[in-house]
Amino acid sequence: MIPNEPPITPALVAEHGLKPEEYQRILDLIGREPSFTELGIFSAMWNEHCSYKSSKVHLRNLPTKGACVIQGPGENAGVIDIGDGLAVVFKMESHNHPSYIEPYQGAATGVGGILRDVFTMGARPIACLNALSFGDPDHPKTRHLVSGVVAGVGGYGNSFGVPTVGGQVRFHTRYDGNNLVNAMAVGLAKKDKIFYAAASGVGMPIVYLGSKTGRDGIHGASMASAEFGEGAEEKRPTVQVGDPFSEKLLLEACLEIMVKGCVIAIQDMGAAGLTCSAVEMGAKGNLGVDLELDKVPCRETGMSAYEMMLSESQERMLMVLKPEKEAEAIFKKWGLDFAIVGHTTPSKRFIVKHAGDVMADLPIKELGDEAPVYDRPYIDTPKKPALKATSVTPPMRVPDALERLIGTPDLCSKRWVWEQYDHVILGNTVQRPGGDAAVVRVEDGPKALALTVDVTPRYCEADPYEGGKQAVAEAWRNITAVGGQPLAITDNLNFGNPEKPEIMGQLVGCVRGIAEACKALDFPVVSGNVSLYNETQGRGILPTPSIGGVGLLNDFTKSATLAFKAAGETILLIGETQGWLGQSLYLRDVCGREEGSPPPVDLIEERENGDIVRALIGEGLVSAAHDISDGGLLVAVAEMAMASGVGAVLEAAPEDTPRHAFWFGEDQARYVVTVSADRAEAVMQRVQEASVPVYRIGATGGETIVIPGERAIAIKALVDRFEGWLPAYMSGAV
Amino acid sequence: MKSAVVVFPGINRERDMARTLKLVSGAEPSMVWHADTELPPGTDLVVIPGGFSYGDYLRCGAIAARAPIMDAVRAHAGRGGLVLGVCNGFQILCESGLLPGVLMRNAALRFICKDVYLRVERSDTPFTRDYNAGQVIRVPVAHGEGNYVADSETVTRLEGDGRVAFRYVAPDGKLDPRWNINGATNAIAGILSERGNVLGLMPHPENHVETAIGPTDGRGLFAGLTQHFAKVA
Repeated sequence: MIPNEPPITPALVAEHGLKPEEYQRILDLIGREPSFTELGIFSAMWNEHCSYKSSKVHLRNLPTKGACVIQGPGENAGVIDIGDGLAVVFKMESHNHPSYIEPYQGAATGVGGILRDVFTMGARPIACLNALSFGDPDHPKTRHLVSGVVAGVGGYGNSFGVPTVGGQVRFHTRYDGNNLVNAMAVGLAKKDKIFYAAASGVGMPIVYLGSKTGRDGIHGASMASAEFGEGAEEKRPTVQVGDPFSEKLLLEACLEIMVKGCVIAIQDMGAAGLTCSAVEMGAKGNLGVDLELDKVPCRETGMSAYEMMLSESQERMLMVLKPEKEAEAIFKKWGLDFAIVGHTTPSKRFIVKHAGDVMADLPIKELGDEAPVYDRPYIDTPKKPALKATSVTPPMRVPDALERLIGTPDLCSKRWVWEQYDHVILGNTVQRPGGDAAVVRVEDGPKALALTVDVTPRYCEADPYEGGKQAVAEAWRNITAVGGQPLAITDNLNFGNPEKPEIMGQLVGCVRGIAEACKALDFPVVSGNVSLYNETQGRGILPTPSIGGVGLLNDFTKSATLAFKAAGETILLIGETQGWLGQSLYLRDVCGREEGSPPPVDLIEERENGDIVRALIGEGLVSAAHDISDGGLLVAVAEMAMASGVGAVLEAAPEDTPRHAFWFGEDQARYVVTVSADRAEAVMQRVQEASVPVYRIGATGGETIVIPGERAIAIKALVDRFEGWLPAYMSGAV
Repeated sequence: MKSAVVVFPGINRERDMARTLKLVSGAEPSMVWHADTELPPGTDLVVIPGGFSYGDYLRCGAIAARAPIMDAVRAHAGRGGLVLGVCNGFQILCESGLLPGVLMRNAALRFICKDVYLRVERSDTPFTRDYNAGQVIRVPVAHGEGNYVADSETVTRLEGDGRVAFRYVAPDGKLDPRWNINGATNAIAGILSERGNVLGLMPHPENHVETAIGPTDGRGLFAGLTQHFAKVA
């Protein structure tokens, strides 16, 4: 007999985030009224965060297979083959809602969660990245959120002992009430030693490992599946508290028992904790699960079955272990809790017992498989007309515009952020933050990974399809610009309320664009996460599908960096420049206009241009390489100059392109490279033979950037502006 | 050189340290668990690496300083054996009484990871013999609590006895408050014990030892130790 206190009322159902028709689905499925604990379990399994009910039908169209793919979406993380018997395990996940309510702990546990996803599969984490989106710098909460989120990301990763090597930080008023924290972790494993969630064998012990269970984070996943209204801050108790120390112990203990061959199945307790992990293990293995909650190590006394099943206490794992004692001794050595809390059964039922009562008895497969799936109505975002460059009157001279752009919140140096992250631990960071992609050596080399996170939300807002394509293309390009072969991506799709057809249209458009680009660039999606309902008081965020890209270098000593290396080298522009100002940073931050369609992405051109750049880098023909993205050509050149202090003397913009559009247009598929002067002719010929446009645009040298007909721009002044804004802002000076 | 790297729960740079010791000295170090009570027989050098032992809870290094293995480390130091503590290792040595003073939170109250410049104050110690006195080296720091503080009497004694091994300086070797990244007293980055056989420092020389990865200025510390023991043997 299942106790039924408190009684189920429509109000209680609504509090659990379940719609009346979803509740009816539950009644139809189990043929009776659910118990309170069961209602909690359904709300945990069927919320947006865990069930992907609004996005599932669209995510199916993403390409998830490829030569390198060992495991695509559906497990804790994606797995790709990098040769030599090694595999890379990676995923990106959001922790947006918690980070707004409690920035330090929200961000910290976001990092903790994604690290756990990676080492659950048997991989030792070797790098972290993140993509952070904050509100308008002038919004009264922004400074507090930046400070807390950055400290939280660092606080967890630094203590855990993984280098945080790259990421993005942006500011826009549309994130005022919903900042985004997307954390990515990358791990390394032996290809034949990957661990999965599916349980096998009847009567096998289910073991609880790690920290104790407390009352923190109850309903965290449900919170992440709803909009914020007023008083969102009152949801603070639903944010978990991170303990990176325990996680580090958990990592070492898990890897140790994996090496010893004790593990049959393993699942971390993330969103919806014990519920989600136990159901997943059973359902994936076609088995039932009996849980004895009296055995669960608790931090607090008097916890109910409902609370234990929904707690999101951190640093916990569930495993099916071979019955030998070895694993227990290893966990005891690391000072971690170890308890047998249940066993697998042939019944395909999910049975939860507590204090002598059966608190839940549910069909285990249906809990996951029968979750509602919605093909929600959507409206395609109307296409915007292309903005003619000639219709944009430059409000200032080119050098003034460059100096302004380089010190804006979006383009300025993020050193203040990444210096709070340990980016050198493990001794393998070949390229630190600040370049196109981070380069991390694999063990003792010579292989290395190129890692990046990219998306341009203002493009996605103006045209979700082109924006989705662009996010993938830019990740591909950033890996290419350091000399890496792009292999696969993880996607973290952040949108507003999917029940609004306009928002759903953004999701559908972006996913279409991502799918298109992934197919064209052989860049499959192997893992990901969807975060919806990023809305406060009815206003949604900019559509932000963050793309985390992983690429491979066969020899890390051949990676290219963006800094100009010496004076007297020839600067080449690869790719075609029309001068596309629509949705550019020049248009927004210099002219004060957010208009037009974003630059179109020609994926064939992308591929051709990138392939030749990668080949040139691999052959050691270029001394520096940089992709052109936000801010356009002149910003790219300025970044290359600032990185070393070596300046540039540039040639005039071509006659047929307005100057401001040539220097600041954001046309895609472009790179700037430098080559020694005596090789310039040969390299240009090589590029032309590949049918890729290439132009000589100047030479390196001096301490300024010189453009014909304009005043010289001192690099020192650019550096001051570039490095100045963020520290000044955070100290309250601007 | 027979070295032993002590591992406390939460230490996370033990692999970096072991790899560097192997790379520079040629000999694999032994890894010693915090709950052990003895060092491997014949240990020449004890290294306490960086990390967050016991999560830095209570106070950095305070819990590790009381771990079973520390009696053996103290005895080793008491016999004149060499002990090196880096970052959290430095904090642990201070907490265990092997070095004076304490590491407070960085003056800016933020964790900081970046390359810094250190002036090697003397070259007549087993730790610094591969450097020249006054030489400036570039190595990374990665800490939230590296601001060295001691009472004025202790600082006077450290300075008077020449026990400051490394100082944060500008790239040209001059003292400059802008380059004293954590606000340490007298820009102190590393100190020696009274007998000169225990060194604690905040920066991570073990992360700057390979040309392929970046600068190699950290190598000298391990090369010096290797030479020292080659001679002793």
